[in-house]
Amino acid sequence: MKKRKPIAEGSEWTLEVLEAYETELARVAESYGLDTYPNQIEIISAEQMMDAYSSTGMPVGYHHWSFGKQFLSTKQKYRRGHIGLAYELVINSNPCITYLMEENTLTLQALVIAHACFGHNSFFKGNYLFKTWTDASAIVNYLLFAKNYIAECEERHGVETTESLLDSCHALMNYGVDRFRRPAPISAEDEKRRQHEREEFLQAQVNDLWRTIPKKEEAKVEEWPRFPPEPQENLLYFIEKNSPLLEPWEREVVRIVRKITQYFYPQRQTKVMNEGWATFWHYTLLHTLYDEGLVTDGFMLEFLQSHTNAIFQPTFDSPYFNGISPYTLGYAIFSDIRRLCEQPTDEDKQFFPNFAGSDWLDTVHHAMVNYKDESFILQFLSPKVIRDLKLFCILDDDNEEKIEVTAIHDDSGYQRIREELAEQYNLSEQEPNIQVQEVDLRGDRSITLRHLQHDRIPLAEDDAKEVMRHLHHLWRFDVHVEIMQEELVTTRYICDEEFVRIVTGEKAAEAKS
Amino acid sequence: MAFLIIDRRPNGKHKGAVNRQRFLRRYRKHIKEAVSDAANKRSITDTDRGDQVSIPRQDVSEPQFRHGKGGRQRQTLPGNKEFVTGDKIARPVGGAGSGGSGGEPSNTGEGMDEFIFELTQQEFLDFMFDDLELPNLVKKQLKDTEAYKLIRGGYTSEGIPARLNITKSLRGAHARRIALSGAIRRQITALQEELETLEEQAESEDRVREIKTELDRLERRLNQIPFLDDFDLKYNNFIQQPLPTSSAVMFCLMDVSGSMTQDIKDLAKRFFILLHLFLKRNYHKIEIVFIRHHTAASEVDEEDFFYSRETGGTVVSSALKLMEQIVRERYPTSDWNIYAAQASDGENWADDSPQCRDLLEESILPKVQYFAYVEINSGEDQALWHAYEEILEEYSHSFAMRKVADPSDIFPVFHDLFERKPA
Repeated sequence: MKKRKPIAEGSEWTLEVLEAYETELARVAESYGLDTYPNQIEIISAEQMMDAYSSTGMPVGYHHWSFGKQFLSTKQKYRRGHIGLAYELVINSNPCITYLMEENTLTLQALVIAHACFGHNSFFKGNYLFKTWTDASAIVNYLLFAKNYIAECEERHGVETTESLLDSCHALMNYGVDRFRRPAPISAEDEKRRQHEREEFLQAQVNDLWRTIPKKEEAKVEEWPRFPPEPQENLLYFIEKNSPLLEPWEREVVRIVRKITQYFYPQRQTKVMNEGWATFWHYTLLHTLYDEGLVTDGFMLEFLQSHTNAIFQPTFDSPYFNGISPYTLGYAIFSDIRRLCEQPTDEDKQFFPNFAGSDWLDTVHHAMVNYKDESFILQFLSPKVIRDLKLFCILDDDNEEKIEVTAIHDDSGYQRIREELAEQYNLSEQEPNIQVQEVDLRGDRSITLRHLQHDRIPLAEDDAKEVMRHLHHLWRFDVHVEIMQEELVTTRYICDEEFVRIVTGEKAAEAKS
Repeated sequence: MAFLIIDRRPNGKHKGAVNRQRFLRRYRKHIKEAVSDAANKRSITDTDRGDQVSIPRQDVSEPQFRHGKGGRQRQTLPGNKEFVTGDKIARPVGGAGSGGSGGEPSNTGEGMDEFIFELTQQEFLDFMFDDLELPNLVKKQLKDTEAYKLIRGGYTSEGIPARLNITKSLRGAHARRIALSGAIRRQITALQEELETLEEQAESEDRVREIKTELDRLERRLNQIPFLDDFDLKYNNFIQQPLPTSSAVMFCLMDVSGSMTQDIKDLAKRFFILLHLFLKRNYHKIEIVFIRHHTAASEVDEEDFFYSRETGGTVVSSALKLMEQIVRERYPTSDWNIYAAQASDGENWADDSPQCRDLLEESILPKVQYFAYVEINSGEDQALWHAYEEILEEYSHSFAMRKVADPSDIFPVFHDLFERKPA
């Protein structure tokens, strides 16, 4: 390949040089088939970056104290040196807006342009979740609308009123999305457990028949169809549509929070993939520039240092450990996909019969487009990556005295590690599974939510009580949360006008009346 | 591919200001407590900065449905070293690794229970004087000052030769000459042109002679325009500007006898802080002298002033005497603006009050810019109050006294005391 003159030397950047990098990177990215929205790069200062942090990076947003809190906390941590600010921040919009920090050196700017303007940008445009759930060209306008609408509400109904309504909506934010869950692959073990559960359920039904309950209740059930007919997982949607006393503007506010949450939902589901993809591409794109002679050796040294910092993974026992870094995991998997396409081993052929030895570019694109974190890990986490990261699974059962190591990076452990790690990225498992079960239409209008306990993992009680108060604020009638363990209501939280009560044991199931 | 690079740095950095204010408003109560604590801990000269405020994290949390601890929690972790499948590990102390949702890990070992953030100085003061409705102190007028300095103030046409501004004068003269000679020069040029044509044609000699006479006359007129006229002379002008004496001394006088409780002292401290702030905004250099007294007065440092406890009776005049002495020895009135604030619960040894009055009237008030007396007392007027009242009338421009019963009184009192009435 003919070497060309480097785009720039030294570490000071100018707008012209950034433009030159963008042009070159765009050319290389296109040769790799990266399809992106047009880029809009904005240079900002540290303070502005902190502003951007506290508004989830959105250029406009409605006012709320919690954003102020986040700003203060970011600023405090930044000033005390606990955190560095991100080098960039990118918004899923069309054009795709990327914020670059002014303090970055030239190399870093080039890195983040490659990372954000081509990596993230193409992910936003290509991934199925984003395609399905987000409309990049409308988001900024929608946020502007939201901001103005909420400002108007504040003017008309008072700042305090609006703010407390928003507080309540934020408390339920994670339950304001439609999660289209993929069924987990069924294992024989699970199947057996389900069968067992079904049997127990049937037995419970039979037991019920023989219980001496008043006949009257049965009659009632026949008279009134249950509402909602099916359990509802999107609590905010349910409230927006069915809360008895909300005023129209309040419904609109609920809707705004719900819409915005939904917009960010794909990002929460694709952290590993998104960062991995962007990291993989900044690495690949800049190496291509280096091969063409467009960047200098000094540039590459600095670049590689930043790159290795970004993908550094502290081990579980390190004081710096803070979970598995999405950069590390995502980058490891994407580069491993390339490896197993280009130099497949026997192990790869066994684990990835469809992908080993195929065209790497097609395969990484296929992975980017069609998966989310959970399915991506389940499909592409290779034994090699598991070995490299030395992943292992533990089971912390509060009935046992000690924590058990259930799998390590060996032949018998690969599959389990894959499954459990994937599960760790399944948002609907990370958050308690809570759904709207029933509304007492003819009685006290109370709403009943059900928490389906999994593995006996309980709700965090204090938070749950607070959230229920917020829910009460939105529903305006009593709120019940039933904790279900193996089809039985074991605990019931009841929130009325004043406080939250907790009923446990046998009474929990009946405490409704 | 279309792209765009925008430099947003000039856009200002306070996009989040509204949200920040919202947050501060919401946690007003917490912040005020913290600020009030901080104010009590600080030296009164040290109010010109912001401070860290911490709020229990629980109070600022935004609740969500979360998983609690317990049950069967699974986790996948990186960096296995010696574990093999089936190993049993003891639970780490502190619940680390128990997974998933048991609270976010902290890598700093602090700040988990507290939400800590920084207040700016302005915010800090706003909160500190929150009930006091602190106005903009800077705008308050200063008392007349006696020092002046000369500053350049344009030019005048009268002055002493030493201040003659040569450039300006010559430039003026030049302009004047151009202005006055313009018409004449035009005439000369016209006549000369005419002369040339006539001379070429060599006829009408009368006309030529006529033109020459005219030219001579014009030349003479031109030469009559003076090179430098009195009118051109410009002198540098200087005007006198009142110069506030840039140093001030503030005397804090306080009764520390047994009747002054810590609460009363804290109130007094707020008052002294306000006074200090007020002076600080007007003077470059401020010294503070703390004088405390019971039956005898002594000059002390701030720590002792506010926090050491004394018992015994009260002789207020001792403090005034000491102040007078210190002024005489160290703070000549020609160099220093002297302010004094006295705080007391009003109790005094009965025979001493008239003496205080005399002292104040004769040796202190003539020297000070301002003397403020604050009585922290919600009950009956005390002897000292009555004594001071007698001189209030005569010295209304430099002496003021007010009563304070609780913290919310401080600012209005301060405001009253330092409000300048037009002289």
